[in-house]
Amino acid sequence: MSQDSPIFKTATELSADLTAGKISSVELTQAMIERVETVDEKVHAFLHLDKEDALAQAKASDERRSTGECLSPLDGIPVGLKDVISVKDQPLTAASKILENYRSPYDATVTVKLKQAGAVVAGRLNLDEFAMGSSTENSAYGPTRNPWDLERVPGGSSGGSSAAVAAREVPLSLGSDTGGSIRQPASLCGVVGMKPTYGMVSRYGLAAFASSLDQIGPFSTTVEDTALLLETISGHDPLDSTSFPKEIPSYSAELKKPAQAGVIGLPKEFFGPGMDDEVRAKVEQSIEHYRSLGYQTKEVSLPSTDLSIPVYYVIATAEASSNLARYDGIRYTSRSNRAQNAIDVYAKSRGEGFGAEVKRRCLLGAYGLSSGYYDAYYLRAQKARTLIRQDFERVFKEVDAVLTPTAPTPAFKFGEKSEDPISMYLSDIFTISTNLAGLPGISVPCGFTQSGLPVGMQLIGQAFEESSLLNIAHAYDRDHLYGRQAPNL
Amino acid sequence: MEYEAVIGLEVHVQLNTRSKMFTRVGTGFGQPPNTLTDPVVLGLPGALPVMNRDAIEKSIKVGLLLGCKIAEVCKWDRKNYFYPDMPKNYQISQFDQPICEGGKVEIEMPGENPAKMGSHRMVELTRIHLEEDVGKLTHYEQDSLVDYNRAGSPLLEIVSEPDMHSPEEVFAYLTSLRNSLVAAGISACDMEKGQLRCDANISVRPKGTTTLGTKVEIKNLNTISGVRNGVEYEIRRQVRAIEEGTEIIQETRRWNPEQKYTTPMRTKEMAHDYRYFPDPDLMPVKIDEAWIERVAKELPEKPFDKQRRYQKDMNLPYSATSSLCGDHLLCAYFEEATDLAKSATKTANWVVNDLLRELSQANKVDEFSEESDKVMTPQSCPVSPQNLAELINLIEDGKLTNNVAKELFPEMFTSGKTVSDLIKEKGLDQKSDNGEIEGICADAIANDSDAAEKFRGGKEGAINALKGAVMKATRGQANPKVVDETLRRLLS
Amino acid sequence: MSEDAPMDIDYVANLARIELSDEEKTTYQKQLGDVLKYFEKLQELKVDGVEPTAHAFPRYNVWDQDESKKGFSALEALKNAPQSRQDQVVVPKVIEE
Repeated sequence: MSQDSPIFKTATELSADLTAGKISSVELTQAMIERVETVDEKVHAFLHLDKEDALAQAKASDERRSTGECLSPLDGIPVGLKDVISVKDQPLTAASKILENYRSPYDATVTVKLKQAGAVVAGRLNLDEFAMGSSTENSAYGPTRNPWDLERVPGGSSGGSSAAVAAREVPLSLGSDTGGSIRQPASLCGVVGMKPTYGMVSRYGLAAFASSLDQIGPFSTTVEDTALLLETISGHDPLDSTSFPKEIPSYSAELKKPAQAGVIGLPKEFFGPGMDDEVRAKVEQSIEHYRSLGYQTKEVSLPSTDLSIPVYYVIATAEASSNLARYDGIRYTSRSNRAQNAIDVYAKSRGEGFGAEVKRRCLLGAYGLSSGYYDAYYLRAQKARTLIRQDFERVFKEVDAVLTPTAPTPAFKFGEKSEDPISMYLSDIFTISTNLAGLPGISVPCGFTQSGLPVGMQLIGQAFEESSLLNIAHAYDRDHLYGRQAPNL
Repeated sequence: MEYEAVIGLEVHVQLNTRSKMFTRVGTGFGQPPNTLTDPVVLGLPGALPVMNRDAIEKSIKVGLLLGCKIAEVCKWDRKNYFYPDMPKNYQISQFDQPICEGGKVEIEMPGENPAKMGSHRMVELTRIHLEEDVGKLTHYEQDSLVDYNRAGSPLLEIVSEPDMHSPEEVFAYLTSLRNSLVAAGISACDMEKGQLRCDANISVRPKGTTTLGTKVEIKNLNTISGVRNGVEYEIRRQVRAIEEGTEIIQETRRWNPEQKYTTPMRTKEMAHDYRYFPDPDLMPVKIDEAWIERVAKELPEKPFDKQRRYQKDMNLPYSATSSLCGDHLLCAYFEEATDLAKSATKTANWVVNDLLRELSQANKVDEFSEESDKVMTPQSCPVSPQNLAELINLIEDGKLTNNVAKELFPEMFTSGKTVSDLIKEKGLDQKSDNGEIEGICADAIANDSDAAEKFRGGKEGAINALKGAVMKATRGQANPKVVDETLRRLLS
Repeated sequence: MSEDAPMDIDYVANLARIELSDEEKTTYQKQLGDVLKYFEKLQELKVDGVEPTAHAFPRYNVWDQDESKKGFSALEALKNAPQSRQDQVVVPKVIEE
């Protein structure tokens, strides 16, 4: 396929082409559909694509444009959604068998915002069932493959969203991040992925995993595109009580302003043993680049880092065990046909409908909240969460951003970690504390290993300072644009 | 041996908000099934709760009315258990930081007879918390049907201390609580519509001992008489068990109102491991002094305080006040009428006898109509307080006899006409024209000289024959007071 | 924690209302035992006087005014229901309330 094809362009470029009349939204959407038809057999990023609906939205966008109306820079540009974000009359499976036949009767707030911006909301993207996992191997509908090496995982849980962008099936997508589920797959697939500050993007319509940690965020090939998509989906939502009332600046306009080189913190706990050598080398090169741009770097300490995995799993599984109780075979989820009475409906429908990881986490969560264990697990974890938050508060008195690797290793092979929950949980070690502290984090591609696997670095910003974080990320990204390199498929 | 029952009540009251506790879809009773639903009510993937400010304010109002301590900060917890009437399989409730703590409900026990006031005392409350209601299950032979219209409605749980000892006290407690809540305008408390529901915790112990016996929870006490009968039955059952030496099991039993007994409910294993934890989807509530002061200004007078005021300041008899004070609308009507009328006692009597009779008759007829929901209230009835006051004042002024007034009232009630309209219409103007009456009286004396003589001779009762003649001649329209005065003057 | 109080897998599965095969019980019992062991460092942590974090950025009184809006029709409400009748969700017989 020619590199001039619209599928290799960024959303920012496509937006200019649409404005200039070089391409129509229908042509763009058609190209995207063809790309999916060509490569998704290999990648399996899509669980569902309603072509007719996508083309109808594209046609509506072209008609608007023909009358001189353009709703936003994203008008006419396709955006794929992780299959946990509700779109009215479209399926929402959360990659679970239990939601196999469900169609959402309503739009998530981010969906409403995308539609209002004129975006072509197209495609339901694969994930680990209910966003529980780090490899997309936990999808009930089969794993997604890493477009850079089909023998390897794309990361997870938003592996479909990262792989779809990396495979150039969509220019933009949305995922959700509870402990690294956007940043880790972005890193493994060589694209940009960002988790905003908790409360910046409404969770209304996002099938919840862990309510106090979940955030929706964008995937794209450049930081510039991430800014564009983030400004479209952010903002206070009265339907989400945890949404934060804050003015959203135009992040993409902010990127164009000259930014002052600031101070970048390097937490020593994140650069210890256990990290892949090539990952370490790439991240150190990116640190060097920041120094060359005039940034100061400084070693800092986040002493509670080693608590983050137990704290995260206690809190996330407890919330999940309660959040997933609604999938019970009564009102809208599949019902076991072996059920003889109401109690049976629950246990059998859930036993048949949930995969192994979801079962494990629901059991663990129920245990951590159960009588006699609440204080030792849940309450203790909430207190430890305070310590983790305070670590960051202290560090951010001295630095503008914290830089770490996104994941300890590049993409791993299928089956490598799936039998050992703890080793899988450890692949989130660098991303989890950001969620616990509620902070924004972005993974930016920072090169490839010798075998051609992408590596990502993570930048963590101050709460609600997305603008500053994007500026710092952009300063690196515009000089490298690793995310614009496409895999051969 | 004599036994004493120890009873605590958990009363659930639906708040009369327009929208639900955590979403803005409407609330209501008797709507087509599953039409008061939205993503939040049905617990769809992605739905999130948003608090209803008014429900919180109404809870503060109840707390202040019942003398509770209002929490400075309260929060929301999830109570996790699976049941088909609960869409999310967790209920948003308040576990360790309820909106109100403590408080009291004043109760009155029955007096020796309806005219005598009974003894009063305070029943202590433990706490009041706010939560969301569940849907409604209807059981059939083969399966059950679920309607989620009620699910998510704001529900206040008022928990008393184990501070009651008899079915009568329980009845008095519920009656008083209901009167207060209705007066505060936070709920209609209609048990038939499930707006007020009640569970009782009952144990029994030998009189004079202080350790509590084994507690049994009784559910499904869904009418006021059901509560009284259910509690009475359960006390008898437990006393009998003790006397027979059978063990009382700590369990939940269900009151069967048709068969009039309680049966054990299938013990749900681990029913009490609710895995409460703070709901991460909701922020806590902070209630400041200013808010409390604002709500305090809107508090109604407590029904028993009102009753004492009526007795003390207006000299109303106890029986009239007890009929009035159970119904705040009736009280409001009474107060409006008595402001204009010349006698408070007469007004009270007219209200509790005649007005109440007509109202209950009107509502009885309406029961079978399409709009059985539309109950006629004192305020919506055709006789305004002004009309009633006018009627009473005409009697007081001697311009209308009590008998005629009693006959006219039902007509006022059905037609909506004022008393003066009806008097004019029927030519019933009472004859107070002294000249005319004097003539008629003189005729009566002349026609019955025998009676006149007897009266002059000191036989007081003889005047009645003359009065009768005058009344007959005036077809009852002469003012009896004027007739009496005139006859005495003419005979002296 | 895991050694002196192993997870009662049957109790927890019943709490979570998830039917497990015998094989699953064995696997999860072992795996979750390992996870709980890994969590032990949480038990060693000193947390006296530390306030728990329930929300990353807590606020108070996030609410709506009491205005009612139109909801679903019964048809919309029941569109995904596995079984319905008379505009209501059908569930197998509930054994005792």
